Amino acid sequence: IFVFFIISVISCIHSRTHVNYEIKGDVAVIRMNDPSVNTLSVQMQREMTEVMDEVWGNSAVQSVVLISSKPGSFIAGADLNMIQACTTAEEVTLLSQEGQKMFEKIEKSPKPIVAAINGSCLGGGLEFAIACQYRIATKSKKTVLGCPEVMLGLLPGAGGTQRLPKMLGLPSAFDMVLTGRSIRPDKAKKMGLVHQLVDTLGPGLKSPEERTIEYLEEVAVEAARGLAKKQIPLTKEKGLMQKIQDHVMSYPFVRQQIYNTVQKKVMKQTKGLYPAPLKIIECVKAGLEQGPTAGYLAESQNFGKLAMTPESKALIGLYHGQVTCKKNRFGTPEKEVKALAVLGAGLMGAGIAQVSVDKGIHTILKDTTLEGLSRGEQQVYKGLNDKTKKKSITTFERDSFLSNLTGQLDYNGFNKADMVIEAVFEDLSIKHKVLKEVEAVIPPHCIFATNTSALPIKDIAAVSKRPEKVIGMHYFSPVDKMQLLEIITTDKTSKDTTASAVAVGLKQGKVIIVVGDGPGFYTTRCLAPMLAEAVRVLQEGVDPKKLDSLTTGFGFPVGAATLADEVGIDVAAHVAEDLGKAFGSRFGGGNIEFLKSMVDKGFKGRKSGKGCYIYQPGLKRRDVNTEALEILESYKLTPNAAISSDSDIQYRLVSRFVNEAVLCLQEGILANPVEGDIGAVFGLGFPPCLGGPFRFVDSFGADKLVEKMRKFEEVFGNQFTPCQLLLDHAKDPSKKFHK
Amino acid sequence: MASMLLTSLRSSPLTSVQAAQFAARSLGTSVHLQAQAKSKKTLAKPGVKNIVLVDGVRTPFLQSGTIYADLMPHDLARAALQGLLNRTGLPKDAVDYIVYGTVIQEVKTSNVAREAALGAGFSDKTPAHTVTMACISSNQAMTTAVGLIAAGQCDAVVAGGVEFMSDVPIRHSRRMRKTMLSLNKAKTLGARLSLLGSIRLAHLAPELPAVAEFSTAETMGHSADRLAAAFGVSRLEQDEFALRSHTLAKKAQDSGLLSDVISFKVPGKDIVSKDNGIRPSTMEQMAKLKPAFIKPHGTVTAANSSFLTDGASAVLIMSEEKALAMGYKPKAYLRDFVYVSQDPKDQLLLGPTYATPKVLEKSGLTLNDIDVFEFHEAFAGQIMANLKAMESDWFAQTYMGRKTKVGAPPMEKFNSWGGSLSLGHPFAATGCRLVTTVAHRLQKEGGQYGLVAACAAGGQGHAMVIEAYPQ
Repeated sequence: IFVFFIISVISCIHSRTHVNYEIKGDVAVIRMNDPSVNTLSVQMQREMTEVMDEVWGNSAVQSVVLISSKPGSFIAGADLNMIQACTTAEEVTLLSQEGQKMFEKIEKSPKPIVAAINGSCLGGGLEFAIACQYRIATKSKKTVLGCPEVMLGLLPGAGGTQRLPKMLGLPSAFDMVLTGRSIRPDKAKKMGLVHQLVDTLGPGLKSPEERTIEYLEEVAVEAARGLAKKQIPLTKEKGLMQKIQDHVMSYPFVRQQIYNTVQKKVMKQTKGLYPAPLKIIECVKAGLEQGPTAGYLAESQNFGKLAMTPESKALIGLYHGQVTCKKNRFGTPEKEVKALAVLGAGLMGAGIAQVSVDKGIHTILKDTTLEGLSRGEQQVYKGLNDKTKKKSITTFERDSFLSNLTGQLDYNGFNKADMVIEAVFEDLSIKHKVLKEVEAVIPPHCIFATNTSALPIKDIAAVSKRPEKVIGMHYFSPVDKMQLLEIITTDKTSKDTTASAVAVGLKQGKVIIVVGDGPGFYTTRCLAPMLAEAVRVLQEGVDPKKLDSLTTGFGFPVGAATLADEVGIDVAAHVAEDLGKAFGSRFGGGNIEFLKSMVDKGFKGRKSGKGCYIYQPGLKRRDVNTEALEILESYKLTPNAAISSDSDIQYRLVSRFVNEAVLCLQEGILANPVEGDIGAVFGLGFPPCLGGPFRFVDSFGADKLVEKMRKFEEVFGNQFTPCQLLLDHAKDPSKKFHK
Repeated sequence: MASMLLTSLRSSPLTSVQAAQFAARSLGTSVHLQAQAKSKKTLAKPGVKNIVLVDGVRTPFLQSGTIYADLMPHDLARAALQGLLNRTGLPKDAVDYIVYGTVIQEVKTSNVAREAALGAGFSDKTPAHTVTMACISSNQAMTTAVGLIAAGQCDAVVAGGVEFMSDVPIRHSRRMRKTMLSLNKAKTLGARLSLLGSIRLAHLAPELPAVAEFSTAETMGHSADRLAAAFGVSRLEQDEFALRSHTLAKKAQDSGLLSDVISFKVPGKDIVSKDNGIRPSTMEQMAKLKPAFIKPHGTVTAANSSFLTDGASAVLIMSEEKALAMGYKPKAYLRDFVYVSQDPKDQLLLGPTYATPKVLEKSGLTLNDIDVFEFHEAFAGQIMANLKAMESDWFAQTYMGRKTKVGAPPMEKFNSWGGSLSLGHPFAATGCRLVTTVAHRLQKEGGQYGLVAACAAGGQGHAMVIEAYPQ
């Protein structure tokens, strides 16, 4: 019997690869250790169920600690592949119900369970944790709690919509579930999401990470004992505010009022294009108003439904795409960039400097005038200081980041630079002058990157003595907020130069697409025809506000008229002219002269205070610039009624964008549709619910799109001629950009 | 913290049986040491002046808010300086220079060295400056003196330090200060009224100083608790060490070993001649205390931390020639010293671990050569963490760039007359106490080398080798 016992224990240990446990006195410590990342995979769930049954059946065990052996994550969420493998809503609903059942058992556990959280506790991981009786989290920077499901077009499908409102109160729960925001430990403690916090430890007798997990476990084991002995109460005495809130919430009409308010807010923000938030409200409501049975049923069924929506598939596609674009497919560069020089302390240059210094890259910021430099350095300071106000960094960290910044007017120190990024005025002759000056002072290994939104890199590189070291790095404004970086390589750019540029971009926290050279590269090239169309729409007498609502109504986060103001009317005119020259009538549409007249009047967009709208400092409300309307009057076009319905206007704008994107893939500017989608969504605000132009073609149907374009083509000609690749897809419905 | 300690420990004096048991278990064996004959080489270096500690004194270290409460920092410093003059019989004009340390500055006496020297009756021709380096401020004062003498610029320097926690500068808020400063400049009544009108209730909230790192905003006790956890130091170990400190201090006090303490007539109060923070408790009593910084699972409590203390110290440092010429019998040589610094967040209090091997190497000594160790006890957990770090090969290899561990001092040679936990820790006065204690212990126990080590805010540390002056 004894031998058998040992063998069974050994085999038991061997058969489990994701979950194991150890009994420390009267506390069972369950450790999760998925060979890759801890997710609630089928395997993990099966082993967890086995282990829990053993622990419940063991009379020596009085309480339980649940902990991850992985330094960076508790449970990162449900296994997305598991959901994506399902073909029907019913299958997904079943998955959800299994999760619900498992967590119900956890919640009703006769032996108190302490979730000891270090690292990401997201999605299903959070739902697991909140089913436990007690939560202890480390204060690690990696520890975040949240329900990001909504960002994937889903909802927390394992009890999250039911438990959170009861635990946090309706307003906090809605905020958490509807925004998907990650909550840091101190906030989590404050809002009652965790009971206790544990500090991270520094160097000791083991590595800080290892010892921190061990310490967390020690504290959790003590807490588990305290809970089992009822020395630590399971329910905390509620504060006065909490009591008042609970009391107010006990009135059905108050709750109804909250549902309505939240619903309105969601509709305003999503224009009804995202089904998940609405379903979440429905689930919460069902649980609170009709009881848990109805609530959990609504949750599992809606979870199934949402998983089958194109919106969810688009968002999950973007998630995967983003992960892909956060990797360097060009390998590790020969030399790491430690010293960077940025030329031009304008909006872009200073922005680039800001996202570099806070990653520990020594950065020289060079300008030609003291005023320009001072403005740029102030921008970097302000950017970092604002972070201290939000408490995401300390003032000390701000100061130490700023110590990486050197502002100067000369080329001093360029001889030690590993990379120079120029962000000077978009004029070929100035760029040439700068390139020559820089090449005279930099070391041979130094890379010259040019930040331009439209000038072909090969034209800039034409005067270079070492074109293999020249590359384009197209940042988006504001650099510290926009996630995308478009890297442009020429035929002569070396692979190591590309690898190095990508490595720098990744360090700066960017999502990166690497595209071929050509006028407007990828992003600007897609945006230009859409803006040309927007100008035509304005000329046809559509009010800027109406134009904005049509574009946002389609899912763009920023309306077309506002976007033009943000980009700058002068820049738009400049780019339209350049690209018009390069691509001819296909890039026509609106009259460039209108843009030029605007610029002549000083209406350059937000930066000059006036564009399509009037911008007043401190005022959120914007009025349409009536003087701009007067200019429009002189460029007035008569709309063709057959293609001027709201929907027609939307498709005129979007189809030109999409067609140009597909053409970029056809011409090899784009390496693959994934980067095309990521570039469009993260750089230009293409509707995320559509997942990018390529996924849009897949889901909308290339044939339907071509049909629409043909209709517009009849009126406007080649501006709407579908490209060959799009026609191929239209002809053969089995052809898809994404599998 | 001090008052917490007071209320929790006052009612529980250690019984003599327990004290005896504890002493037998963990006390040093000073009796044995005394018997040993020492014949080690001297650390004198060719071309380097021999610098000696002539003598050192300190005021009694009192828990802040007690008998010293109504004084000012320079009053305490004055007492220490006058005490030094009395003890050494030093002619006032024989002092070339005075260096004094302080941490929490009284803004009225920002160069407290000068104010105290004038008040103590030193010649007004003797220059004085104030140094600050957190808990190693008076170490810095002493090594500054050593530097002045070694460089041939001075022959006799008085060094010391003072800390006065009974009164600390509490400021108006920045907004309020700004308004008040603008008020000075406002020319018209209207301008003044409008400035006064801009004052909001929130501006009146005062700004209190905290024993916290500026760079990390973490209080030192919190950092100590994390450090203890990082090295797996248990609450029990910490309480035991604190009890050891109090027990040893009590014994030293009772047997008259703390001869550096001078009597001080506090104006309006009685003469004070004893430290008042030494309170040996019992393990049971100490176990009852709740953690002071990390709640609810922390291990650092009021009883195993040093308490807020008022006190001042002073030492007379001279070149050997000058001391002998003036007829003094010096107590010790001040030999090599080092300052170290490391990460102020996670290694805030590990100074001794880094400084000890460095100064030993400089002197060509090993840990075994040292007869007397005096480490500053900021927290019991900090001392235990340092001892564990010094005993760890892994730590030495990973963080110190060493092949093997430093090694921990043997406990029987370690802080055997109590330490900052029990005697008290007036931040800037502790350094001189450590050095004087080493000199006295070397004399008493017959050892030749002593080692002082201390940690300080800012993640800094210090160590010094002291050699007994031939008897």
